[in-house]
Amino acid sequence: MSAFLTHYLPNVMTMIPDFEQATIETLYMTFVTALIGGIVGLFIGVLLVLTGPEGISENIPFYTVLDKIVNFFRAIPFIILLAVIAPFTRIIVGTAIGTTACIVPLVIAVIPFYARQVQNALLDVDSGIVESAQAMGSSTWGIVFRVYLKEGLPKIIRSSVVTLISLISLTAMAGTVAGGGLGNLAVMVGYQRYQNDVTFVSLILILILVFAIQIIGDILARLTDHENAK
Amino acid sequence: MAQISLEHIDVTFKQKHQVSKAVQDVSIEIEKGDAYGIVGYSGAGKSTLVRVINHLQKPSAGKVIIDNKDIEKYSHAQIRQLRKNIGFIFQHFNLMNARTIEDNILYPMVGTKTSNEERKERVKRLIHLVGLDGKEKFYPAQLSGGQKQRVAIARALANNPQILISDEATSALDPKTTQAILQLLKKINKELGVTIVLITHEMDVVKSLCNKVAVMDTGKVVEKGSILEVFSNPKTQLTKDFIDTTNNVKEAVDTLSAQERFVELSRNHQLFRLHYIGASTETPIIVDLYQKYGAVSNIVYGNIEFISNVPLGNLIIEIDAEESTIKEIKEYLASKDVQLKNIDLDQAKARNSEEEE
Repeated sequence: MSAFLTHYLPNVMTMIPDFEQATIETLYMTFVTALIGGIVGLFIGVLLVLTGPEGISENIPFYTVLDKIVNFFRAIPFIILLAVIAPFTRIIVGTAIGTTACIVPLVIAVIPFYARQVQNALLDVDSGIVESAQAMGSSTWGIVFRVYLKEGLPKIIRSSVVTLISLISLTAMAGTVAGGGLGNLAVMVGYQRYQNDVTFVSLILILILVFAIQIIGDILARLTDHENAK
Repeated sequence: MAQISLEHIDVTFKQKHQVSKAVQDVSIEIEKGDAYGIVGYSGAGKSTLVRVINHLQKPSAGKVIIDNKDIEKYSHAQIRQLRKNIGFIFQHFNLMNARTIEDNILYPMVGTKTSNEERKERVKRLIHLVGLDGKEKFYPAQLSGGQKQRVAIARALANNPQILISDEATSALDPKTTQAILQLLKKINKELGVTIVLITHEMDVVKSLCNKVAVMDTGKVVEKGSILEVFSNPKTQLTKDFIDTTNNVKEAVDTLSAQERFVELSRNHQLFRLHYIGASTETPIIVDLYQKYGAVSNIVYGNIEFISNVPLGNLIIEIDAEESTIKEIKEYLASKDVQLKNIDLDQAKARNSEEEE
């Protein structure tokens, strides 16, 4: 077995610790970004729904500004955002290189993306249900937590899966610029040194990660969806 | 003093280029224990009007007084408290899909002082009241429309409200389920003494449940009063039309206008609509007409119904008699509070074809 692997994956077999390191880095970037970006993005998504047209705390000027900001950041290509944001990253993290430094642009890219996804998921919550909660005397934040986030949960989970998968793809890109993760390994080592087996194995590891997220997300969404499942 | 008193309510919606007056100068008094029907076609402003009661819709002008308190002066917290004490049921049920039946009924109790034991006890009692025992752990998607509306009613009663507002609660249900839900509402009104404000576009619903009614058209109340008053003596054409949908007179007239014999009778002024209320039904009118005037009459169509336990009759009869005799008959019947009016089938036909256009 070992001989077989050494024959087909000559470079990978000498780099096992590098792969372990890179996998941990990718997981680290994904997890921390998902946590920070998830909370902030969820909050902004909720604000967009509450203050938007027909929202329960309708405030069109506030909504318009927030909406434009979200659109603005969504419009910036990530590879350019990485470069533009570097001075800012240096102020916050102290350096623009390394996995931790990657998290700054990742968070900034993920927040508007996720906020929009959350907004769409919550707009799908039947407005009649929201009205009935108002008629039962729920406060605005009561409606957010007990109606929007509960009724919209299956869709939020599905949106989170989409966001996480696109986040993993961003970590790969960020890694090549700032260093770190499986993306860095695949491009910097595998591609630039013509060690195709390294690129290939990096890809496999990323795909495993993506599929795992997809499968877990699907299961959770199905378990929380009582509307369509009989 | 009325439990709910709406005084000169206006609701105006301003959209970009137009102002629409959804409700105009509506004043309604609802007493404790009333089942108050508000009837009108869609777009008449009924839904907007009832939402003013619990401040889901802020009135542009006018006062809402509930239990002698002007709710305009209420803080946000007080408004929320008020809403907890007014049950609201909707056409499309609006149950929370992510919660079981039990949890849906528990929802309005969260944040109230009700103890845990009391909450459990109430859920059990309410589920029993609406006849859904055993469905506690079901999700709304597993229930039929009628069952969903029962859950919605149980939920609306969770905080023991004094007032229940029903917004077209039976409009999405089939006739049989509608009757069952109306029976349940009647029980809640009579046995629990809950005041019901019900909006609907079906006069039948009002007739079987309410003791008072207001008829709305384009934002205004065109007629209001006790069911008996309104049904026995409707003043506007709209109200008459609504009432005729419940007693089939309109259908009868339509059927007759398709038959040459009756059209001929109506042209000879021998076809009449006879309308009476209450005690008048006890005098044998048809026999009277023959004995007193020698007039032979024939009942073509008849409908007698009980509104608030008072009989209300609508007959279509042909009377074979001279014009002078008919004049005498009319006077005699008027003295007995019975209205006799000629039916003009040609006119009815014309009106029908107008409506179709």
